[in-house]
This record gives sequence, C-alpha cells and structure tokens, in this order.
Amino acid sequence: MALRVLVAVKRVPAVGGKIVVTDDGREVDTRFLGFTMSPHEECALEEAVRLVQTHGGESTVLTLGPPESEEQLRYALSLGIDRAVLLETSGQEAGPRATAAEIAAAIGALEAANGPFGLLLFGNEAPDTGDFQVGIRVAEALGRPCVTGVKHLEVGDDHLVAWRDHGAAQELYRVGLPAVIAVKEGLNLPRYPSLPGRLKAKSKPLDRHPVSPAGDALRTVGLRLPPAEARRTVPLGTGAEAATRVVEVLDELGVLAR
Amino acid sequence: MILCLLEHEAGVPTQVGAEAVGFAGTLAARLGEPLEVVALGPGAEAALVRAPAGDVLHAGLVDLAGYAPRAWAHALADLLDRGGVSAVLAPGSERGNEVMAYLAARRDLPLATNCVSVTPGDPWALTRNRWAGSLFEDAELGGDAPRLLTVTLGATRPGPEPGTAPAGEVRRLPTHADTDDLRVVVGEEVPPSGEGVSLADARVIVSGGRGVGGEEGFGLLEELAGLLGAAVGCSRVVTSEGWRPHRDQVGQTGTRVAPDLYIACGISGAIQHMVGCKSAKKILAINTDPDAPIMAKADYSVVGDLHAVVPAIVEELRRVRAGEGRCPW
Repeated sequence: MALRVLVAVKRVPAVGGKIVVTDDGREVDTRFLGFTMSPHEECALEEAVRLVQTHGGESTVLTLGPPESEEQLRYALSLGIDRAVLLETSGQEAGPRATAAEIAAAIGALEAANGPFGLLLFGNEAPDTGDFQVGIRVAEALGRPCVTGVKHLEVGDDHLVAWRDHGAAQELYRVGLPAVIAVKEGLNLPRYPSLPGRLKAKSKPLDRHPVSPAGDALRTVGLRLPPAEARRTVPLGTGAEAATRVVEVLDELGVLAR
Repeated sequence: MILCLLEHEAGVPTQVGAEAVGFAGTLAARLGEPLEVVALGPGAEAALVRAPAGDVLHAGLVDLAGYAPRAWAHALADLLDRGGVSAVLAPGSERGNEVMAYLAARRDLPLATNCVSVTPGDPWALTRNRWAGSLFEDAELGGDAPRLLTVTLGATRPGPEPGTAPAGEVRRLPTHADTDDLRVVVGEEVPPSGEGVSLADARVIVSGGRGVGGEEGFGLLEELAGLLGAAVGCSRVVTSEGWRPHRDQVGQTGTRVAPDLYIACGISGAIQHMVGCKSAKKILAINTDPDAPIMAKADYSVVGDLHAVVPAIVEELRRVRAGEGRCPW
C-alpha cells in the first residue's frame, strides 16, 4: 500500500565547541556558524526515503522558519525526499505551541489538496529549544496517535510497531495508521547526499506559504551561558611519555582496582 | 495548590522524580499553598509512601498494565478540573515531558520544559535549558493558572528523606481513560540483554572521536577498556561514519553518562558531546590539538596522538600490574 509520509524539520545553528550569545542577549550569535538540523530529524528523513522506496507513495519535508530554511529543505530533497513545504516566517522565533498550530493547519491544507498522510515524522525534540512537545501537539490537533522517542520502526498496511528505550529496556508500541512518530537518532544510519541527488534537489517542488505564528504567554526574555563548570585542567604531559603519569593518576583516582 | 507528578519505576521514585517533588515542595511553600503529589500506573501507591513530601497524595491508573501517556495526562486533567491549581510540575524526563505535552495540548496551555528555576509573580519568571543545558533561557510565563512546568535533572536536591515528611493518606483516583487515551500504551517490554558493561553503569568509560580514524582504531580503546573494566563510548561523528553502533554514542542525542572517569581520546569537545559526559567525576582528554575545546573542559590533559599515547598507557598498566607480582586470577 502506497504510503504518504511527511517529515517536519527545523533549521538550527551548527554550534561547535562553545555557544556565543549576541550582545543584546536575545539569540545565539550565528555570524560565524553554519546551519543544520537535528540528528533526530536526519534519521526521520532517512526513514521516510526508505519507507517510500519499500511501500511506494510520496515523501514531503516541511519546516517553519525564516526564508533561509530553504537550505535545510533542499538538503532533505537531495537525500531523496520528493517535495518540500516552507512555512515562511519573517525570522522571529515561534514557540512550540504556535509552531504546532501552524504545522497542524498546514498538514490539514496539504491533505485536503493531495490526500492524507499515513505517517507524520518529527524529531523527538529540537536541539536548541528542547521543547519536547511539537509532535504531540500536532498529533492531538489532528486526532492521531503519537509515539515519541522511537528508535526502531516497522510500518504495516494499517498499523505500525515502534520501539523506544526505557532505561536499559525497550518498550514496544503498536498503533494504527495514520500516526505521528517522534524519532531519535539511532533509528537508522542516514545517508549523505549524492551528487545526482543534489542536482535533482534543485528542481524538486518547494512551496512557500507565509505564516505569522501567534505570540504566547510563554515568552523568551533572554539567553545566557550557565555558570562555568569549575574544572581546572592538569596537564599530564605530551605523547607516549605521559603514560607513566597517566597511570599514576588512574591509581590516585582508584580506578585500577579490579 | 501545586500539583506534582511523581515519576517512579515499579513503585520506586526515580532520581529526577524525587527531585521534581522537592522542587514543587519549595514552590508550594513559597506560595503558601498545599502540595498534592500524584503517582500513576502500577506501583503508584508504593511510590507515594516512599515519596519525600506531599500534603495530599493521589494514586491513579494502578490497574493499567503499562505506561499510557495520554491516559496519564487525562488523570492530571481530571485533577485540574477541581480548580485552584496554580501549577502542575513533572520531572523533565522522557515520560514527564511526554505526559505534560499531552496535558498542554489537551488544555491548549503553554508548557515550559526542563526548568532550572521558577519564581512565581506576575508574570512567573523562569530559567530553562536550551541546547540540553549548554545555554540558559530566561523566560516569562504569563496568562492564567495553571502553569505547566517540567523540572530538569539536578535543578534541585531531592526533598526530605522518605519517612521524614508527614505521611498523608493515599487517595485512589477514579479512572476516566477513554479509547483514544489507550491507543498509545506500552504493548511489551523487552529487558536489557545484559551483555558487557553498559555506558550508563560503567565506572570508567574509554571514549573515542574523529581522531580514532576508523573502525579498526577502536581496537586500541577496547584494549585499554578491557584492562580497566571500562565501557567503550564514542562521539557522534563516529556513529555517523558507521565506525561504532549508535548505542555507544555519548552526547545530546546519545547517552548521558556519569562515570568516575571519562577518558576522551581524539574527541574535540563540541557542546553536544560535553552535555553527555559533563556529569563524569573526572575527565581525561587525549588530543593532538592543545587548543581543542575539550582540553579546557577536562580535569587532566595529554597532548599527543592517541595512537601513540593509548598503547603506551596499556603497556605501562601491564608493567605496573606485573610489577605488583599479583596474579590476576
């Protein structure tokens, strides 16, 4: 049975060794940073491509964000996603409640035009804001079951089976389609875009819809770095000669006892 | 009143679950309001008896076979219907965040996840984690009660020791879970395989990053780990390259670890990795680049190529152990 899959992604700065906040304390300083998406979302895209290869159907990637989010959508298209939808903001950050409302409304419109999605995939949480709620809010708005934290997925004709970690154990959920799944990295090993994939991505359909997400009673005032962790680094030496000192330290730390 | 969801595993409160109740107790005292603690699912009553605080204790859904997030949220919503609830708190764990997201969706309320601190007022002021705690967000939560919040691990110490709080009577909540609530239920639980030392339990972790150079390079780390009874971990680039399975990944999208010693070999120390290992008591970094971010975040550093340093440590360990004249078996 053909499966229509939608994957929601979010453009986020590719932060590295440290985060720098802008002088006004309002946002992460991205002047020297590239942009990316969550590893969870890369796995969601990979899963969508594989599912459509197996079941037939079509895959769509959707994001809500500034015009520059086209970069993340084109990346998704280069991996083999068929079409893209950009819910374009003027750059202001949208909270999780407003984001979910806009996404649910957009999915409703896409389904009215092109038919229902069997599966909506989200990353488990955004790496930057870490709200842990957009997928569930969309699922509730659309009246569909939702499983979060999913690291293994098997999709059948009218249902799916999803596994997630719970401590060291695994939990299995069986839900009917259509369904919403929030996935975690480890679901699969995402491919890198191929050169032909990148070329094809340029001509795949990308629809832009302007949106103005509502404000919320939960409002960001500013960002700041947490108090620094007090670790003072003791250099133990250079190269293989440091081994003696390392083993002395291991002994001092009491980790040599067996 | 303040309502707090007590997270538990088969009747035993979890660490972050106990902390959230302590956090909620402090908030309730500050507001001069009572604290009501809710535990749900099998073992709920036992968890409440072991819980550190609470003026009123509610147990619900005790006959439900497994975890059912939407049904849990429904039980909390029933308690909100009585009115007079200033805030609902839960731990910022997978389950705590999930249940609160359902509650927030059900009531169309904002939800502030993973809070570090909360100050009531008009509006309420709060600080919450961004980038898994690498950055703080100061935020305002206006609007009407109830406010929905989850509390991050380590935001507070757990409340009073079990048994020191006035033990309230446990009230049984009526169940109103409907078919929609029960569409998402744990169908089966598969126990851990129990093979080797797990990252979560290891006292020592030997972890490798891009500097290891490939799948075979991890042989060196395995050897050192073997001598120390350690688990082997890795950074994200290693799993994306397919050198190690994802379950070995330490970091924001992998496992958070808290060993006595974390040995980081050829790992640069991106913030997404450091949030996964910062709870280690000690960090030893081995890196060719003295300016790699991890070198300033570690307790001990060795500047050098891990392909030379790690074998030298292995050799030295063997020499020291042989010199002790003790037979390991």
